[in-house]
Amino acid sequence: MAARIPTLEKPPAPPRGPGGPAGDRGPGHGGEDAVAPATPAKVFVWLFVGTVIVLFAAFTSTYLARRGQPGWTEVPLPPVLWLSTVILAVSSAVLEWARRQGRAGRLDGLRRGLVLTTVLGIGFLASQLVAWRQLVSAGLYLSTDPHSSFFYLLTGAHGLHLLGGLGALLYTGWKVHQIRQSAPAVAFTDPTATYWHFLGILWVYLFGLLFWL
Amino acid sequence: MAVKPEVAHAEHEHEHPRSFWKKYVFSQDHKIIGIQYLMTSFFMALVGGFLAMLIRMQLGFPGLKFYWAQWLFPNGFSGDQMKPDFYLAMVTMHGTIMIFFVLTTALSGGFGNLLIPLQIGARDMAFPWLNMMSYWLYPPAILILLASFFVTGGAASAGWTSYPPLSALRNAVPGSLYGQTLWLISLALLIVAFLFGSLNYITTVLQLRTRGMSMSRLPLLTWAQFITAILMLLSFPVLLAAAIMMLFDRHLGTSFFIPGGLIVGGQPVPHSGGDPILWQHLFWFLGHPEVYVLILPPMGIVSEVLSTNGRKPIFGYFFMIGSLASIAFLSFLVWGHHMFTSGMDPLLGTAFMTTTLVIAVPSAIKTFNWLATLWRAKIRYTTATMFAVGFISLFVTGGLTGIFLASPAIDIHFQDTFFVVAHFHFVMASAALFGLFAGSYHWFPKMFGRLMNERLGKIHFWLTFIGVYATFFPMHFAGTAGMMRRIFSTQMYQFLQPLAGLNIFISIAGFMLGIAQLLFAYNFIYSAFRGPKAGSNPWQANTLEWQAPSPPPHGNWGATLPVVHRWPYDYSVPGAEQDFLPQTAPEQAAPTALGADGAGSASLQVKPRGEEA
Repeated sequence: MAARIPTLEKPPAPPRGPGGPAGDRGPGHGGEDAVAPATPAKVFVWLFVGTVIVLFAAFTSTYLARRGQPGWTEVPLPPVLWLSTVILAVSSAVLEWARRQGRAGRLDGLRRGLVLTTVLGIGFLASQLVAWRQLVSAGLYLSTDPHSSFFYLLTGAHGLHLLGGLGALLYTGWKVHQIRQSAPAVAFTDPTATYWHFLGILWVYLFGLLFWL
Repeated sequence: MAVKPEVAHAEHEHEHPRSFWKKYVFSQDHKIIGIQYLMTSFFMALVGGFLAMLIRMQLGFPGLKFYWAQWLFPNGFSGDQMKPDFYLAMVTMHGTIMIFFVLTTALSGGFGNLLIPLQIGARDMAFPWLNMMSYWLYPPAILILLASFFVTGGAASAGWTSYPPLSALRNAVPGSLYGQTLWLISLALLIVAFLFGSLNYITTVLQLRTRGMSMSRLPLLTWAQFITAILMLLSFPVLLAAAIMMLFDRHLGTSFFIPGGLIVGGQPVPHSGGDPILWQHLFWFLGHPEVYVLILPPMGIVSEVLSTNGRKPIFGYFFMIGSLASIAFLSFLVWGHHMFTSGMDPLLGTAFMTTTLVIAVPSAIKTFNWLATLWRAKIRYTTATMFAVGFISLFVTGGLTGIFLASPAIDIHFQDTFFVVAHFHFVMASAALFGLFAGSYHWFPKMFGRLMNERLGKIHFWLTFIGVYATFFPMHFAGTAGMMRRIFSTQMYQFLQPLAGLNIFISIAGFMLGIAQLLFAYNFIYSAFRGPKAGSNPWQANTLEWQAPSPPPHGNWGATLPVVHRWPYDYSVPGAEQDFLPQTAPEQAAPTALGADGAGSASLQVKPRGEEA
């Protein structure tokens, strides 16, 4: 016959979730849900975004502290940065369009969108390099003054993260090329898209921090 | 009851590696990676411990002739005597190695990898490949760090905190020439390794818990590792940012941390306008959470060991989680207490003092709960238990001096003296080390399927416990008498000369402490091959890892994942047949459920009371 083995565990505050065996409180996700509430990759990308935010928060606090000190001269804004901003914004929009295509079952659209986003990302990096060249030809180097140091440091750090984003886009594009159904293809694209949009927002933030704040 | 289809469905397609390289070297198995982290950390502990011995030789016996050590470090000695700048390099490297390359890697990298998937009932980490990468960034970081002993100028010597301008100007001290660059690169690599690990831990705990394993049923060790991973994720990028800026200052001519108007070696420094205090802020914004990165996993280990061997449920489970979380949260608000003497606004200092003192509250809650867990317990004095109790002792001793140092008025006197050295060697270094030993003795059977020698273990414990107190307690007196840390010799100033005898005592105690660790090394290696075989659950513990075979196979759980029916601390439950109820023991036990309700290979040691009739 069945008997209860007692427990010293405190009873859970909310009532038991549906579906769990008797005595279980809210279950973990690992073993049992057919569709997990979020895939590990989604959790991962948000955590990674958090890490990058902390990195740039550290740069920002140094920047703000440093700016309040004597000897600060502003670097003129290279106009090509506007072009960079537009390119990156368009790339994000294209990526969103691609995901909608994917959700609507049009895999070709998704693939084309991913390729276009990648190309635009490369365009953004090229445009940033032009900005660097313009500053160099104006005689403003990394070590010239604090503002130029921060300009190269922050755009460089952002560029490196964007390079990683390009890698993720290429990998996603390659994977989506192999996947035949649109639902998994979109699911595969989502984390990359989160990261890519974050890079766009990060760039707008850095642009504002460096030249407008 | 038939096997639940959805449980069977969750079977991961794990490829079982066949070749030696894939199985033991470039392994993606969390258990192998954990053991790799642990072994590498033990190796680094030998290196760091060796440096400590050299430090103690020099401090106890200034002017000692080092005939033999010259062979190893030809640039560190002149005329058989240690050069002062080599002494600084040793202090720097000892601190760096012990904090980042031993305690962080062993406790978080080692025990985190080994136990998180096992304790939550997962087959592996969420991202095994990333996990492998996390480990394999560690040996290159070690190589780069240790190589710095052999470059021109020797290893970094600006202290483990690497304060500029000493660290930022390449001609400030010999170790700043190349050693400091290697130090920064090595740390940057290791930070990336830690970040990979943390991302993995958090995702794994959030996503891969088995059925029934709610967050409110996680073992406290997994909670501690989870919160530690969040701490690392939020603090290490700050050090990465600072290290990048420091590298820019050193090699690309920027002036983030270097002020203008400095004259070094008769030459004016070309930098201007930087702020060395900025580095201190960035460093300690990492540095203080880092000491909790070192102490939270041992807290988890101690909770598990004491509850298991006290045969009692942990006292105040939810308070334990809450205090872990609040310690973690507060650790981001206290970094300024390392900078009371940097010209800080006294009002700000008072604010940092307040936040620092508040940390005593959750720390005291934890201490109280451990003691309450042991209260009237039928304690099984295994070596692990003794180290866990030793942890509490060291944590309290070191914590009390922390309250002294939190006060700016007192800290101004004690800043950079041996009092501080004594404080952190108790509360952070030795306590964390005791957590590491407790964990090693306790989970050794799960790693190798064999038991460590308990008699040797107990000798090791007593020598270590007495050794730690004999070594570090007198340092309080040295500090109170004004002996500064990182000083090359007590004979440099007249007022320190009376401390020579005290330093001889400390050194001899330190040598004893160092030699005692060889017992552990012998026990560990011998037992791994020759120790008596341990069953799957030698301590009669409740958490899931003890339901898997020892050592667990690749994939951990055979055909089906374990199903969790209760919290991990059902020890000495009134009415139960045995004094422990594994997490897999069903609350409502039907006779047919034994062995077939999804618990799979996890055989139930506890029979429901109805069955015996």
